[in-house]
Amino acid sequence: MSDAWLVLADGSAYRGRAAGALGRADGEVVFNTSMTGYQEMLTDPSYAGQLLVLTYPLIGNYGVDERVEESARIQPSGLIVRQATDQPSHLRSHQTLREYLEARGVVAIDGVDTRAVTRRIRHHGVMLGTITTNESPEQALARVRDLPGYDEVNWVASVTTQRVYDWSIPLGEGRYRIALLDGGVKRNIMRLLERRGCAVRVFPAGTPARDILALHPDGVCLSPGPGDPRLLDHMVREVRQLIGRVPVFGICLGHQVAARALGAGTFKLPFGHRGGNHPVKDLVSGRVTITAQNHGYAVDPDGLEAGAFVSHVNLNDGTVEGIASRTDPLMTIQYHSEACPGPLDNEYIFDRFIEMMAAVKGGVR
Amino acid sequence: MESLKPSSVLIIGSGPIVIGQAAEFDYAGTQACKAMREEGVRSILVNSNPATIMTDLDIADAVYIEPLTVPVLERVIARERPEGLLPTLGGQTGLNLAVELSKAGILEKYGVRLLGTPLDAIRRAEDRELFREMLAKLGEPVLESEICHTVEECVAAAEKIGLPVVVRPAFTLGGTGGGMAFTMDQLRAVAASGLAASPISQVLVEKNLLGWKEIEYEVMRDSAGNCITICNMENMDPMGVHTGDSIVVAPSQTLSDKDYQMLRSAALRIISELGIEGGCNVQFSLAPRKDVCDWRGDPDAPLPYYVIEVNPRVSRSSALASKATGYPIARVAAKIACGRTLDEIPNAVTRKTTAAFEPALDYVVVKIPRWPFDKFALGDRTLGTQMKATGEVMAIDRTFEAALNKAVRSLEFGGRSLLWERPEWREAAEIPVHATDERLWALMAALRRGEDILELSRRSRGVDPWFLERLQNIIRMERRLLEEPLHPELLREAKRMGFSDEMVGQLADRLPEQIRALRHEWGIRPVYKMVDTCAAEFDAETPYFYSTYEQENEAVPEEGRAALVVGSGPIRIGQGIEFDYASVHAAWALQDAGLRAIMVNSNPETVSTDFDTSDRLYFEPLDEEAIRDILENEGEGPSGIPPSIVQFGGQTAINEAGPLRRAGLPIIGSDADAIDIAEDRRRFERFLQDLGIPQPPGAAITTLEEAMKTAQQIGYPVLVRPSYVLGGRAMEIVQNATELVTFVGAAAEVAAGRPILIDKFLEGAEVEVDAICDGERVLVPGIMEHIERAGVHSGDSMAVYPPVHLDEEEKAVIVEYTRRIVLGMGAIGLTNIQYVVLPRRPGEAPRVFVLEVNPRASRTVPFLSKVTGVPMVQLAVGAMLGRKLADQGYPDGLWPERSLYAVKAPVFSMSKLTGVDTYLGPEMKSTGEVMGIDRNFEAALAKALIAADMALPPKASILLSISDRTKADALPLIHQLAEAGYRLYATEGTSRMIAALGLPVTTVTKVLSGGHPNVVDVIMDGTVQCVINTPEGRMTGSLRDGFHIRRAAAERRIPCFTSIDTARAAIQALARPTDYDVATVREYLGAD
Repeated sequence: MSDAWLVLADGSAYRGRAAGALGRADGEVVFNTSMTGYQEMLTDPSYAGQLLVLTYPLIGNYGVDERVEESARIQPSGLIVRQATDQPSHLRSHQTLREYLEARGVVAIDGVDTRAVTRRIRHHGVMLGTITTNESPEQALARVRDLPGYDEVNWVASVTTQRVYDWSIPLGEGRYRIALLDGGVKRNIMRLLERRGCAVRVFPAGTPARDILALHPDGVCLSPGPGDPRLLDHMVREVRQLIGRVPVFGICLGHQVAARALGAGTFKLPFGHRGGNHPVKDLVSGRVTITAQNHGYAVDPDGLEAGAFVSHVNLNDGTVEGIASRTDPLMTIQYHSEACPGPLDNEYIFDRFIEMMAAVKGGVR
Repeated sequence: MESLKPSSVLIIGSGPIVIGQAAEFDYAGTQACKAMREEGVRSILVNSNPATIMTDLDIADAVYIEPLTVPVLERVIARERPEGLLPTLGGQTGLNLAVELSKAGILEKYGVRLLGTPLDAIRRAEDRELFREMLAKLGEPVLESEICHTVEECVAAAEKIGLPVVVRPAFTLGGTGGGMAFTMDQLRAVAASGLAASPISQVLVEKNLLGWKEIEYEVMRDSAGNCITICNMENMDPMGVHTGDSIVVAPSQTLSDKDYQMLRSAALRIISELGIEGGCNVQFSLAPRKDVCDWRGDPDAPLPYYVIEVNPRVSRSSALASKATGYPIARVAAKIACGRTLDEIPNAVTRKTTAAFEPALDYVVVKIPRWPFDKFALGDRTLGTQMKATGEVMAIDRTFEAALNKAVRSLEFGGRSLLWERPEWREAAEIPVHATDERLWALMAALRRGEDILELSRRSRGVDPWFLERLQNIIRMERRLLEEPLHPELLREAKRMGFSDEMVGQLADRLPEQIRALRHEWGIRPVYKMVDTCAAEFDAETPYFYSTYEQENEAVPEEGRAALVVGSGPIRIGQGIEFDYASVHAAWALQDAGLRAIMVNSNPETVSTDFDTSDRLYFEPLDEEAIRDILENEGEGPSGIPPSIVQFGGQTAINEAGPLRRAGLPIIGSDADAIDIAEDRRRFERFLQDLGIPQPPGAAITTLEEAMKTAQQIGYPVLVRPSYVLGGRAMEIVQNATELVTFVGAAAEVAAGRPILIDKFLEGAEVEVDAICDGERVLVPGIMEHIERAGVHSGDSMAVYPPVHLDEEEKAVIVEYTRRIVLGMGAIGLTNIQYVVLPRRPGEAPRVFVLEVNPRASRTVPFLSKVTGVPMVQLAVGAMLGRKLADQGYPDGLWPERSLYAVKAPVFSMSKLTGVDTYLGPEMKSTGEVMGIDRNFEAALAKALIAADMALPPKASILLSISDRTKADALPLIHQLAEAGYRLYATEGTSRMIAALGLPVTTVTKVLSGGHPNVVDVIMDGTVQCVINTPEGRMTGSLRDGFHIRRAAAERRIPCFTSIDTARAAIQALARPTDYDVATVREYLGAD
């Protein structure tokens, strides 16, 4: 097996072995603490432009099953693990992780002290890095120093759908008609809406509000997605047009965009929230649930317009985890109620969205 | 929520250590008491087990060491009037007692509120029918089963459920008579035998999940309904092996996120429906790979699963989950019971966040049970639904291979690494891989012979190929080490897979010390990573570390003087929780003296491995390599290499004295030379001679000829035992030359080349002391007298403090001998000495002989500390650090006897170990102990017997089978029994003797083929409720006949006395069965 290096922008270098395709992969190095769900994470568009460190050391144990993919391709530019398992064991597995990565040309490294990498990121914040199988660490470092900053790139543009499409239930046949603005959607959001009888039409992230409203949707879902929400002024303006006119449900990036539309700001977290164990308190019910998270930015509620309020908070660091409105049919969450991977505790949020649409539809406004 | 908080709480402990209920409940109870203190709640603790930290004077606000019975608990409640009762932290014992107290109306009578999980939830979790109803209501899959009374009903049930099925007879122990059926013919046979075995002719026919995965979730819920998962665990041994007997890995390894979340959600639905308030364990069975073990159903649908069991309380698994994750389950559960919600409880690890989160692991945890078959060679080693392990070890590393290798090292099976193979396997056509304590090694052996992984997975009935692939990785490394020249990259990879220096050396043909030197030369040293509950996401302060071969070291040495306490490893017979007690106190004593206490241990069940017991915890195997690595890591700090303390961790720790000394590493306390004097027979003899102290004549021998000669010289009976072993393993009293031949052989095998000791067996009162020495003066906190005469292992003897049969002159001799021995050896700290005191005629000088000296803390330290009030470990550590006893405020000589009596009684787990003989002898068999304490001896004795379940039921029927040797001693006892209204049943010889006394007796034959009812019948059918059976030597027929009597008594769980002395004590205690006090330890000590 070939040697490989992980080199970070601060000059630190970690030696390992190639665990996927050979070559180089650059990106913002982030870590996720989930113990299962590597394939769901690998296909989550929110990881576009990033090198994903999995803190759980044994990755690939249960192999690969295409049916659990959350999008059509592997999204992070590279994968960093402690031990990639070449002998998986699972009823559903038909491929090893290495084969999967190789087949899709994704560079990966294993044998790395991923805890050391994680601690470095925690102490110094996320930073750019590269995985390389064909350079010296010095050469790689010189290259990393020239990479454009992660926050300067509009990653949504690279993952959003290029064309409008319908998910599963034909538009006329659903109990509810949902317009989904795709900033990097995960399939399970659509599966959960489908299971609740929703017909979902997926639009590119840049779609103007009037085109969405022309569909006469019962609700709009703003999807998760990668990158800095401050680069999405256009989307923010269009979403502002939607709020108040149609029930809006935002998840992750969709929450951040909606929050900006309501006057709030966003800021970059030092090392993000990525994992399946974050406690979130629903301030309305008082209940605490465990959530799946994957975000590098958070909402600063200062400036939120009157009527909107913080509905959920993260118990670990007090950051905003959800916004609701007293005046408009709107609910947003920063975490991933669709799980995949992660705990299934928060599917109730989808039920609430349905209730919200039902109320509006029934004229209870 | 604040209004729910009670002002005082009663906590019921779990009693003595038995198989299935071990040290984990000391850990849980101690955490609960600490939680109560933090909450400002007064805690009242009752437990019969003195060897626990929780029964220390300062853990709870009121401590009762009293029998765990409803009448005793009612008296405690009446005195203390607690507002609440916390039932879920004392194991099944504590839970059952809480249920009984409630049923008896006692809680209501005194207005005691049950805290935490409501009784109704407990009932719904534990009652089979209610549990099935609850599952059905939730739409959770219920394991198909039917209760049947005839073979035809069984066949009908099996047709409905689908083969294979398991037939479980009702009310038989360990599933006797039941079994699995794969065909209808088999079913008919198994059903017939099962129905015959069941006393009520009833069997349960249940769907057979053999080969399915067994997965556990540790979950918590608060009164507001918030639910979290602490951790899930996967059993390497699939369904069919008790989870306590399984190799367990955390987190699960072969579950996809879909599988994981499906079971997690089911667990949370179940605890929500039950209304659990606290901790809970949910066990699932999950469908395996179809190519391993086929099942009916759609392979594309979510994997089928069944809910097997719910434990609505803190359990053994919770202790493991706590240590595996760093999440303090018991402490949080106790706070939830006081009305706190998860988001109100601070996170002790990060100190910033709350208890409402789920731990993320960035390592792999492997637990391996520790079984007692090294002591019970004749025991049935098959593992099944009845747990047999006495303890367990845990290891943490970054890969499964490494964690497994470290866990195997932690078992302390001298030299039995994963390379070990049973000699019989060499010729075996096929290596047996059914579930036994040796299966792990058998799987390795089969893989070494090239067996196909899938085939092996099937043949082992479901060990997932994932685990076998990991074993195969280890074997690949073995081959490389055998074949390739050792080079840095190879050695580094081997170390990363957890190969010990010893294993590498064995394969690469070098000494372990050479491998160590190579490692240092090549810069291959372990680093230490923190167990922080969050995979490094937050800055954590937990001083809890494991070793691994990676890049970054997190255990940076800290400033200030420190010392390393070497713990005692897994709980096993001969080395129980007592040594964890001593280790914990050693850590605390170091802290009191202003040092940093560093702890190393491998046992997840204990208080010592709670990360807030010491300043730094290393969770590591207790072997030379691990300890030296730790010391080298700590030695990088400004204060240099800290000294080690090896005196408190039992034989495990003391065994490290030699290696540490050879490596030039400092030890405080008795040095290796003192240990050597005690263990080297010849030196010890000379040493005692020089001091003018007598010991029973004897010699150390290496050949049979020497043995015969020695025995002839000193005269039979003689005591034969190997030197350097713990718990009297392979020790025997030998009556004649024929027996000697057999036992010298057996002992030689265990001794493995080291000498065997042969001593004159002196039948007198056995006496034991613990002494503390500061180098100049010796304090004897107390003298304990054994109830059984010498010949019964001290760990299996009942003992009383203060002695009841010794006069002042004898005590003075004992104290003086003790002083001379301890000072003569140069022992610093604790020493345990056992004496035998022979009867003497008036005017004669005391006849005291030394049997054994151990320059270390013994298993009596917690007992004696508690009943004398002398903080023995603290004084010993003080002495080791150079503080004189006088400076610590203590005199020398015998500490004044307290005006109390305390009796320690052993507790056995014999009902759990089929095939094991229960008679008391020189080899230790007990797993735990209880204490009875009172103002007079008889009451203390009665309480100890009650607590140990050895009290004679009043006016019962008793079976007597007395050996010729003890018939004379038995005579007065038989009279007393008859006078007390007992109906006597006896075997042939004993019956003749009783008839000759003119007492009514029913003869029962001991010849099992000699018609009915025989001895086994009268025990099994409940005709008799207690047994006295004193065996002859091991080689005679009486031992073999008696075996069936003793096994039957064990399985019916009725008192069975195999020593006439214990029987005498039990009969003596009959005089005042309920006439005892109930008071706190503090009150007995008169300390307040």
